[in-house]
Amino acid sequence: MLFNEPHPLETRVLTKRMHEPGYNGTVEAYERYGGYKQFLKAVEMTPDDIIGEVKTSNLRGRGGAGFPTGMKWGFVPRQSSKPKYIVVNGDESEPGTCKDRVLIENDPHLLIEGCLIAARVVGAERGYVYIRGEYRYLIDIMERAIDEAYRAGWLGQNIKGTGINFDLRAHSGAGAYECGEESALLESLEGKRGNPRIRPPFPAVAGLYASPTVLNNVETFAAVPSILEMGGKAWADLGIEKAGGTKLTCLTGHFNKPGVYELTLGFPVEKMINEVGGGVRGGRKMKAFIPGGSSCPVLTGDEAWPLTMDYDSMAKAGSMLGSGGVILMDETTDMVKAALRIMHFYAHESCGWCIPCREGTAWLKKLLTRLDAGSGSARDIDLVGDLAKNMLGRTFCPLGDAAALPTMSIVKKFRHEFEAKLSRPVSVPVTSPDQLVSLG
Amino acid sequence: MMTATPTEVTTVTLSINGQSVTAPAGTLLIEVCKKLGTEVPAFCYYEGFSLQAACRMCLVEIEKFPKLQASCTIPVSEGMVVRTESPAVVAARKDMLEFLLSNHPLDCPVCDKGGECELQDMTFRYGAGESRFTEIKVHTPEKQWSPVVFYDAPRCILCYRCVRVCDEGLGVGALGIQYRGVGAEIIPNMGDHLNCDECGACIDICPVGALTSGAYRYKTRPWEMNHVGTVCTHCSNGCKTTLGVRTDEIIRGNNRDSSGINGEFLCGKGRYAFDFNKHEDRLTSPLIRKDGQLVEVSWSEALKAVATKFSETQAAGGSFGVIGGVHSTNEENYFLQKFARQGLKTANLDHQRTGDVPALLDALSGKSDVLATTDDLYNTAAALVIGSDLAQQHPFLAYQLRANGRHHNARVYTVTPGKVREADYAAASLTYGSTSELFGKLDELRDRLKAEPELVILFSDAIKGADVAKLVAYGDSLGITVKYVALVDYSNSRGALDMGLLPTLGPGYHAAPVNGLAAPDMLAAGLDVLWVVGADSGKGNAKFTVVQDMFLTPTAAAADIVLPSASAYEKSGTVTNVCGQVQKLKPAVRTMGTKPDLEIMGLIAREMGLNLGIWTHDHVLTEIRSGVAGYNVPLPIIQTGGAAQAQPVNGRVPLDGRPELVQSAQDTLFTSGTLGRYSKALTSVIEYPGKLYSDNQ
Repeated sequence: MLFNEPHPLETRVLTKRMHEPGYNGTVEAYERYGGYKQFLKAVEMTPDDIIGEVKTSNLRGRGGAGFPTGMKWGFVPRQSSKPKYIVVNGDESEPGTCKDRVLIENDPHLLIEGCLIAARVVGAERGYVYIRGEYRYLIDIMERAIDEAYRAGWLGQNIKGTGINFDLRAHSGAGAYECGEESALLESLEGKRGNPRIRPPFPAVAGLYASPTVLNNVETFAAVPSILEMGGKAWADLGIEKAGGTKLTCLTGHFNKPGVYELTLGFPVEKMINEVGGGVRGGRKMKAFIPGGSSCPVLTGDEAWPLTMDYDSMAKAGSMLGSGGVILMDETTDMVKAALRIMHFYAHESCGWCIPCREGTAWLKKLLTRLDAGSGSARDIDLVGDLAKNMLGRTFCPLGDAAALPTMSIVKKFRHEFEAKLSRPVSVPVTSPDQLVSLG
Repeated sequence: MMTATPTEVTTVTLSINGQSVTAPAGTLLIEVCKKLGTEVPAFCYYEGFSLQAACRMCLVEIEKFPKLQASCTIPVSEGMVVRTESPAVVAARKDMLEFLLSNHPLDCPVCDKGGECELQDMTFRYGAGESRFTEIKVHTPEKQWSPVVFYDAPRCILCYRCVRVCDEGLGVGALGIQYRGVGAEIIPNMGDHLNCDECGACIDICPVGALTSGAYRYKTRPWEMNHVGTVCTHCSNGCKTTLGVRTDEIIRGNNRDSSGINGEFLCGKGRYAFDFNKHEDRLTSPLIRKDGQLVEVSWSEALKAVATKFSETQAAGGSFGVIGGVHSTNEENYFLQKFARQGLKTANLDHQRTGDVPALLDALSGKSDVLATTDDLYNTAAALVIGSDLAQQHPFLAYQLRANGRHHNARVYTVTPGKVREADYAAASLTYGSTSELFGKLDELRDRLKAEPELVILFSDAIKGADVAKLVAYGDSLGITVKYVALVDYSNSRGALDMGLLPTLGPGYHAAPVNGLAAPDMLAAGLDVLWVVGADSGKGNAKFTVVQDMFLTPTAAAADIVLPSASAYEKSGTVTNVCGQVQKLKPAVRTMGTKPDLEIMGLIAREMGLNLGIWTHDHVLTEIRSGVAGYNVPLPIIQTGGAAQAQPVNGRVPLDGRPELVQSAQDTLFTSGTLGRYSKALTSVIEYPGKLYSDNQ
């Protein structure tokens, strides 16, 4: 299923096939549209040449952290005697993000081809596609695609006579946001509780089963075939300096035409909202803007309008491009409720491993619940900002930061909304102990 | 000999709070700080176990790092500039404690841990003066996981120490985590209860009052106890146990100061099974059989009766038999054999033999430095366990080997009748059907063992008599350094042998002047007087029996005179563990009406007019140190709670050729002979409804 009609301002590279009439994502369809040719091309290239193309393309990790992919692949010790693994992070759980599902659902062989190329680079013979538990239907799709690929000879032993062996499996998560963090994903994949690992060592050196592992987001792998097809330079030129290519951007929230659109890096926010997204719902004003999933600091409408959708522009404005999960909130949005909803999510998803995240998210949720109910005090508003700040940068993994950053920005930029609720008569009782205990 | 070439250790120089420090590269920053005397607080970091970096208390500032770093996972590197008391670090600690306390119940006034709680100490030292948390805390009810382990989730700070000590330390892995976020809690392996060793290491290692002991909880405040460091009186491993004593009652056993040979370790016996001491069936008055019934009499009457009987029998040329105990001190056993040989002029002397130490010493004749200590088990490159389920019968030795495997990659080989826990990490694990197959199995290992740089062989009573010499020949054939441990069962089984409680061997394994009867022969010989000190040997067909014991054992119940003796926790003296390490007992409590066996023997001697020397424990120890081969142990070491290995005779030992008398009782973690039967903590575990606790998982 596609969420939306294609938009003329899109630059469709990864999504170019899925909107073609009659394209059904089968291996036959994929081959008909030139699929798997880039893998065969990769077989003719040396691993260093492939990494070189990826580096030239300026492809940066599409999961949210934006680490240069070519560099990451270069860290893998290819000469290691240990087996190498390819792991696809399809745990897409960041609120506001729904792009990986579009790729897997509509063009799964693109992902398989990306994996094959990565496998060719590092000499991996086994790969796993880790798909978030809530995407149950995607597991079926992925497994069907993998079966097709085996039958068509794109997976298995001596693929198409190249001498390359590669096995791929789809693996279901069990419903934990934390498992989108790469080291927790690996723990989960190994059958353990999805707690993050101490890093270093990084997965490139000691990932799955303590072996060298290429671990990237679905969209990152899916971008690789087109990089080889177009050449790294041409692919990079689609975007801007230091951020090449296109990005699947999820327009969620108060858009007139929400959906997943493939836009070039550096796409202007104003154009994205007003033209691609069809403008703010009901012609209202944009109150707040989150560029890349709920873990990014929130921007006010005024801050967001002049920006462009790329890593540096967003960083300069004090936020992050993140996963491309744009969340737009119009002027009717209650920002206290928004902060509470965000914190509800992180308190629910905190794995419990480290103290500041485990206790901080739960405490903040209680505080925000109270502030939202109108029974907070001015001191509580400061406390929200202070507790978020106390979590920031001190947690074991980035989940704590993900919870702290939006909260701090909301308190700072929308403090008046918190204050407005203080004066409200306390008509709503403080949440009952039962409600406070249950995080559901 | 060790052939490993010395590797060059590269050192790095770094600065900690402006002070220049040099440390081996790769050392964890928190360890370097500790060595420097700079305190970096931590809950989850625990030396010897895997790293967690979960509590975030040890965050420090390191130049060039954008964020504070957990010093427990950062290896030091050249030129590192570290600050452990900068405003950012101080603030971070304060904030972490604030987070920790947000859901902590603060029931410190009734918490067992209050007063010795790491969270209290940290809050006192690093915490904020006020609390900003005004919400309702997460609460879940307390759970009982076993007769001896309780878990109070709200108090838990999730440092995972318990999970790690159980998994890595004990090899049991009975604890895990369930749920997530603020609802995360520790969960036992059976969902709602534990099936484990019941060792209580999780309770000991818990920094807060989340895990509490069924034996101790809500009994006292920690500061109301006196703490007496003594040696556990159950198995032969000789663990230090620190007894918490209040108003002449032992309330707790633990080893929190980690000062003994056992370091962190203590099993359920050392931790809970002190409770036999105040069992209501303890004998507190001497008993004399009158008209067929044992009736309570005064000490003076009982002692006089014993002395009179002994003197009359001696004067009439009657026969004596003496059976000593395996929990008695060296001093008591030495004095007992002296009493028997010099006082009663009998050579009929024995005890419950559980391991063939004399045969080992004989086979090792001419070799030196071939008896392993418990430290050797932690440091050896390889170990071979023969015949014993160590985790059940010698839990501390098993712990040492496991720690060695974990920390030094030591190879452990086992050749046992059934599957043993060591098999989980052993380099090779073989089983045999009958002992006749044993040497065949050892031959299978020969080539692998030859490739080891050194080896410690631990063997049970499966190897005894001539087989011991065969085993030593096998060890010699490997061409490497081999040390041995002859496994014995009880707290002073080894000492009873060393002190000469044998019909053919005197103290120090010297030939006895006259050979006497072994225990089974004594019981069948229709002796005029059988004297049993701290053993449940039965009386056989002896005509008159004197028993010294804590309880009315079947032997005592059949005796003519019973003298109530003090337990190991009530007296002074030394005991020798399975590895020959001599340690000192310290009296913790007293039970009214009882006397230590040494005092009882001394009083009988005085009553008989015998001159056997001064019978206080320190005088007897002096006599042992000067008279018993290998027992000239350094006093300062044992006086200060240390362990000194006795170096027994290095020469041929005249063996009595009765290997069939060597028989281990095959105790488990939950049995301990008479003492175990009178320990409610141990029996409660065995008899728990539904028989949840199997001896061998």
